[in-house]
Amino acid sequence: MALALQTFSTVKDANAALQAAGTRYLGGGTLVVRAANEGDVSVSSLVRATEPALSTIAVAGDRARLGASITMAAIARHPELAWLAPAARAVGGPAIRNMASVGGNLFAPAPYGDFAVALLALDATVITEDGEAPIETFLAGRDTSRSIVTSVTFALPRPQSFRFLKVSRVKPKGVSVLSIAALLQRTEDGTITSARIAFGCMADRPMRARATEKALLGCRLTPEEIAPALAAANQGIAPITDPVASAWYRAEVLPVHLGRLLLA
Amino acid sequence: MAKVPVRFTLNGSEKAEFIESGATLLHALRDKIGDTSPKGGCHQGTCGACSVIIDGELRLSCLTLAETCDGADIRTISGLAAGGVLHPLQRAFLDAFATQCGFCTPGMIMAAKVLLDRTPNPSRDEVVEALSGNICRCTGYEPIIQAVLTAARANSQNAA
Ligand SMILES: Cc1cc2nc3c(=O)[nH]c(=O)nc-3n(C[C@H](O)[C@H](O)[C@H](O)COP(=O)(O)OP(=O)(O)OC[C@H]3O[C@@H](n4cnc5c(N)ncnc54)[C@H](O)[C@@H]3O)c2cc1C
Ligand code: FES
Ligand code: FES
Repeated sequence: MALALQTFSTVKDANAALQAAGTRYLGGGTLVVRAANEGDVSVSSLVRATEPALSTIAVAGDRARLGASITMAAIARHPELAWLAPAARAVGGPAIRNMASVGGNLFAPAPYGDFAVALLALDATVITEDGEAPIETFLAGRDTSRSIVTSVTFALPRPQSFRFLKVSRVKPKGVSVLSIAALLQRTEDGTITSARIAFGCMADRPMRARATEKALLGCRLTPEEIAPALAAANQGIAPITDPVASAWYRAEVLPVHLGRLLLA
Repeated sequence: MAKVPVRFTLNGSEKAEFIESGATLLHALRDKIGDTSPKGGCHQGTCGACSVIIDGELRLSCLTLAETCDGADIRTISGLAAGGVLHPLQRAFLDAFATQCGFCTPGMIMAAKVLLDRTPNPSRDEVVEALSGNICRCTGYEPIIQAVLTAARANSQNAA
C-alpha cells in the first residue's frame, strides 16, 4: 500500500495540503483505508488534522455542535444526545462505531450514511473551511468538495419529535436495506404542523421525502390519515441495488417501514 | 516510502519503531513487531479478526494507520494470559468449545474483553451486540456467546 499520511495541528494547514491531487482526508478511516486496502490507487496521500475543536461535542441552549472527528460511539454515550443515539448505534458494529466519524458519514455512499440521514432530517448545517451550508446543499455537492468539514450544528428537537429507523436483514448489525429519519412537530391533539423526513438507500446519498412531508401536514398519526403520505413515499426515489437488496425490494418495503416508524 | 517513528505501548511493553507512512497497525503488529495474534481476514472492516484494544476501545487494526497510534496503549490477545495462566475468557472459550479453527478467536476475545471490562454481568443481548462486528465461520456463534457469559459468571464469582 503506497500511502503517505500527513498530520497537521490546524485545519487550515491540512486543508491546504488536501488540495494536492490524489490526496484525501482521513477521518476514522473505515472507508478510505478500506479503499486503499482494496487497491484503490486514486488515493496516494492522506491528510488529517488534530485540532481539538474537531473532537468536541457542545450541547448548549437550543443547539448542538458535533465536531467532525466525533465518533458514533461518542454520540451514542453522550447523555444529552440520548434521543440521537439510535442513529449513531445504527452505524456498524462496536469497533466501527469507535472509528466512524460524523464527517466521514456525510461522504459515505449508500448503503452507508445512516447518521447523515438523521442529520438531514434535523436540517443540520455543515461547517467547512469554506463556510456554512445547509446539509442538503452540502450533500448535493459532496463529490467535488475539497474542503475539510469541521463540524455540524443543528437545533435540538423538541422531546419526542425525532424518530429514526434502520432496516437491515442481518441482525443485529447488517448494512441498511433502508433508513428513515423523521422530525415531526405536532399540536396538542397530535396534528402534524411540520414534517421533515429523510431516507437512506433511496438514492446514492440521503434524500428528503418531500411528497411524504407535504402529505403529512394536517394529519394525525393514524393508519387512515397517514395512508396518502405512505402512498407518496415512492415519489422521486431511485433506490440502490446491492447484495443486500434490489432497488425493487427497497421501493416495495419503504412504505411499510415508514408506516411502522410513524405509527410506533 | 518514507518511514516515520512511532512509539506505543503493546501489552504493557514500550515499542519504538520506524514504520512506513500509511502502513496499517495490523501490518505493523504482524510483520514488523512479530505479534501475529491479530488476524488479517478481510482487510475491509467486516470480519473483526484483526480487532485490538486501543486506549481501552475496540478498534480494527486493518483500518487503523499505525502512525495514528503514536502514544497509544495497545492490547492484543497475546498479552492476555498473565504468568502463564489463561484469562477467564480464554479458559471459557476452550472449555465451551467456542474455538474451532481459531481464526476468529483473537478478535472475538478482544471484543468480549471490552464488554466485560465495562459490563461485568452482561445480558445475552449485550454479548450478541458486543460481538456483532466479528464473524465466525465455524462455531455457529452459540458456543461463543455461552463462553462469554460463562467467563462473566466466573469473574463475578471471583469478585464476590
Ligand atoms: C464493516 C463496515 C460496516 C459499516 N456499516 C455502516 C453502517 O451500518 N452505516 C453507515 O452509515 N456506515 C457504515 N459504514 C461506513 C463508515 O464506517 C461510516 O459511514 C463512517 O461514518 C465513515 O466515517 P470515517 O470517519 O470512517 O470516514 P473515512 O473513511 O475516514 O472517510 C470517508 C470519506 O470522507 C472523507 N472525509 C472524512 N472526514 C472528512 C472531513 N472531516 N472533511 C472532509 N472529508 C472528510 C474522506 O476523505 C473520505 O473520502 C461501515 C463501514 C464498514 C467498513
Ligand atoms: S481483517 Fe480487519 S476486519 Fe477483517
Ligand atoms: S472458530 Fe473458525 S472462524 Fe471462528
